Amino acid sequence: MPAVQAKSISCPNCGGPVELRGFAHTLSVVCPQCMSVLDASTPEVQILQKFQGKTQIKPTIPLGTRGKLGGTQYQVIGFQVRRVASGDDTYSWDEYLLFNPYKGFRYITEYNGHWNFVHVETALPEQSRSAGKFAMRYGGKTYLAFDSMTASTAYVLGEFPWRVQTGDSVACQDFVAPPSMLSSEATGGEITWSCAEYMTGAQVWQAFQLPGSPPPAYGVFANQSSPYGASIGSSWRTWLWLNVGLAALIFFFMVLSPGHVAFSDHYAYSQGVKTESAFVTPTFQLDGRDSNVELKIHTDLDNNWAYFSFALINDQTGQAFDFGREVSYYHDSDGSEGSRNNSVIVPAVPSGQYYLRVEPEMDTGSPFMRYELELRRNVPNYGFFGLAALLLLIPPAFTTFRRASFEAARWRESDYAPSMSRLTSGGDD
Amino acid sequence: MSTPAANCPSCGAPVKFLWSSAVQTTCEFCHSILVRTDVDLKKVGEVADLPPDSSPIQIGTEGAYQNKSFVVVGRIIYEYEQGGWNEWHIVFNDGTSGWLADAQLEYDISWATRPPAPLPAADQISQGQTYSWNGKSFAVTSRTHAHYKGVQGELPFEYWDKSDLLFADLRTSSADFGTIDYSENPPLLFLGRAVEFDDLHLKNLREFEGWT
Repeated sequence: MPAVQAKSISCPNCGGPVELRGFAHTLSVVCPQCMSVLDASTPEVQILQKFQGKTQIKPTIPLGTRGKLGGTQYQVIGFQVRRVASGDDTYSWDEYLLFNPYKGFRYITEYNGHWNFVHVETALPEQSRSAGKFAMRYGGKTYLAFDSMTASTAYVLGEFPWRVQTGDSVACQDFVAPPSMLSSEATGGEITWSCAEYMTGAQVWQAFQLPGSPPPAYGVFANQSSPYGASIGSSWRTWLWLNVGLAALIFFFMVLSPGHVAFSDHYAYSQGVKTESAFVTPTFQLDGRDSNVELKIHTDLDNNWAYFSFALINDQTGQAFDFGREVSYYHDSDGSEGSRNNSVIVPAVPSGQYYLRVEPEMDTGSPFMRYELELRRNVPNYGFFGLAALLLLIPPAFTTFRRASFEAARWRESDYAPSMSRLTSGGDD
Repeated sequence: MSTPAANCPSCGAPVKFLWSSAVQTTCEFCHSILVRTDVDLKKVGEVADLPPDSSPIQIGTEGAYQNKSFVVVGRIIYEYEQGGWNEWHIVFNDGTSGWLADAQLEYDISWATRPPAPLPAADQISQGQTYSWNGKSFAVTSRTHAHYKGVQGELPFEYWDKSDLLFADLRTSSADFGTIDYSENPPLLFLGRAVEFDDLHLKNLREFEGWT
């Protein structure tokens, strides 16, 4: 059999030639001269619609352009502007009909610089629910209900394998699982399901080898992949590993570098033994650069408290660091409160000979208390680790926040938007 | 698989059968519809010129489905209010036959199947109903009134000259496909799958001007 020839017809309205790219699949075609919509299904070409408005719309991808999508070459043979009016809000998107004589028909849609490659599906999606939302299961994915609308054909160019007319309207529903979108179109009781894959303008320009650069994309589209989608899990994983590293560092300092013990001794305190409970320790050496000193108090308190006033005094200069700590420990059958131990860190203590002045205090009538004082030089500062842990939180928290804002922007356009965001966005779109 | 040629009782041209079980064929030269009897070929009618169609499939197209190779031996062209479609009669290398539908380049492959349960009557079937067959839920996706537009090549039955035919198409969530053909009583059931062009590994296809 010879190759199937492309044919051309004469427009019964203006007499101009009308080229057909879709062979015998084309049932209707728009005359490029007079814009009449023609029925091309029979040799006696009929006029379906004479006039479709004054405005001439030039499709971004010209009719006749060929491009390669998913390894298959397709030609743009038809173009529609589809309009949705919901309340005071009217918007429209462009829809290109693509044709390959073996693989059949596909569509490309464009809205505000967001593109989708659409394939008509032959299997039936199944109704489902996800997180309390109406959803559809299809091809192993769950698609969340996004919106429903009535879309009407506002403008047509080129040819179609059905009898197209401006004013045709269909009830549509969209379900999203970015980067895919599942859509239904109902006409005369028959439901057609299609599945769309999100494409960037750059990908479309590349596929069709279009000159110049694609129009910028505005806002977030229903099935646009979140740029933070893939990174959110990994940023929290990174955070987790950094924390493991930080914990290892803390462990290293705790075990291998717990500071140098400059002074340590055991004492006992009992009221009435001495009238003056204050005493001074022997001197000890604090070495090195200005650095911190940690004083740890270990007591044998039992349902009691004690207060310690300290002064760390430089033997040579008389410079004193005054500080105090309370130690209290209570317990009963319900549990316990406080601790037998306490500690205090004195920052930036210069080197030199020092001694401690210690003054314990207790309630009158308190029993005997044993305690131990231990003074370490140059202890690791755990507060620093805490700060590091906090700083490490910033990147994943930021990513999480950005992702949440992206998702909020996506769902603001949905019929199923949370009511608050719908109220706040109601005025500006 | 082809059987010796006979001659067209109308024009005398040789008529070759690709499929030994063919009941009917058309003469390539005079377009007579020929039905096989025990002894010879009998002319039962004449096909009008085939309508222009742009299916990439033709008689002699070969393909393979689920590792079984097949050849296209005949077809029925149907027309309905929103266009037309081809039911290509395909014969597998094991001698069984099936149907490859091409409806605006959407392809379904199916086989005549004994109904697992009595089929609903023509006036009872409507869109949205579901039937459970072979453990799968088939939903009625369309009811189509169509008529024959033409026949070509070898078919497993005699040409029916019925003016109006009713079909109900059914689909499942896993791309299964079914058709109930109400032109017979009791109605016939065909079950199969929706397939992509590439799934069929087709060879010897038609060529299209401007496409390679």
